Amino acid sequence: MLINHPLLGPRDASEFTYLGDASLLNRPDWQGENAVEAFHDYLYLRDNPAGLHRELWFHEQGDRSWLVVTRNTLTHEITEVVLASEVAKNTKRFEGDAQ
Amino acid sequence: MSDLKPLTPLGGDIARLDQIGVLRIAENPNLAIASLAARKGRSADVAQTVKAALQIELPQPGKSRRTVTHTVWWMGPDQWMLSAEHNAHELLADEVKAIVGDAASVTEQTDAWCCFEVSAHCEHGAASSEAALFALFERLCAVDVSQMVVEDATRTSIHHTGCFLIRKEDGFCVIGPRSSAGSLHHALVEVAGGLG
Repeated sequence: MLINHPLLGPRDASEFTYLGDASLLNRPDWQGENAVEAFHDYLYLRDNPAGLHRELWFHEQGDRSWLVVTRNTLTHEITEVVLASEVAKNTKRFEGDAQ
Repeated sequence: MSDLKPLTPLGGDIARLDQIGVLRIAENPNLAIASLAARKGRSADVAQTVKAALQIELPQPGKSRRTVTHTVWWMGPDQWMLSAEHNAHELLADEVKAIVGDAASVTEQTDAWCCFEVSAHCEHGAASSEAALFALFERLCAVDVSQMVVEDATRTSIHHTGCFLIRKEDGFCVIGPRSSAGSLHHALVEVAGGLG
């Protein structure tokens, strides 16, 4: 399987490690009123779609970038690969943190 | 005072040199290395100060640059590795830190890595030499080595070891973790020997 790295082009999947659902980027606010419930859901609940799935991959044997890969779990076809840092920057929570 | 004598990454008094067929695998212990990571939002400052001081432009992803004294290669977003001859730049990290100031974090990397210069000298010409190099690295890693042009640099896995691979005029430079120098050398020599 090849992953089309946004900076380095197609790279062998053996260079990457897999973390899981990209929803892990949306860590709840630990000071929020419903923090306990939110963290329970964040930690234990995952969708298990038969089809497109956004997931985190780490280019461990490469440039050490975290990527958000959109993969079809039925065919393994990869339709989109973006840097996780870009995804985080475009998320509202991270706005104050952007460069 | 004790008269201390340094060992090479492979443990020898002098650098190891293997000639296997047309392939030449040379340990290069004369290397000072430092890593450079731009601090948040300071990439442009780092690029500017390094260029002014070392006359070297920080390379784009997948690339390296060389001057007479220094080599620099892209390691990751806003991160580079710099190397120079250890004889002349033993305190490379201090030199680089003095250049970039608080715009980047610099970490001493000398003695964390081992370096093997792999070249080929085939009597049938440059194309045959190149073919031997590609045959070697196609077996060692998942990178499309035949597509690499001079100055391309990438990190990949060789023999389950994370290594940098830099394309040079006369071959490839392999930079791997010093603690795995023996295993990496074994892989290079074994695969080269199996090419026949």
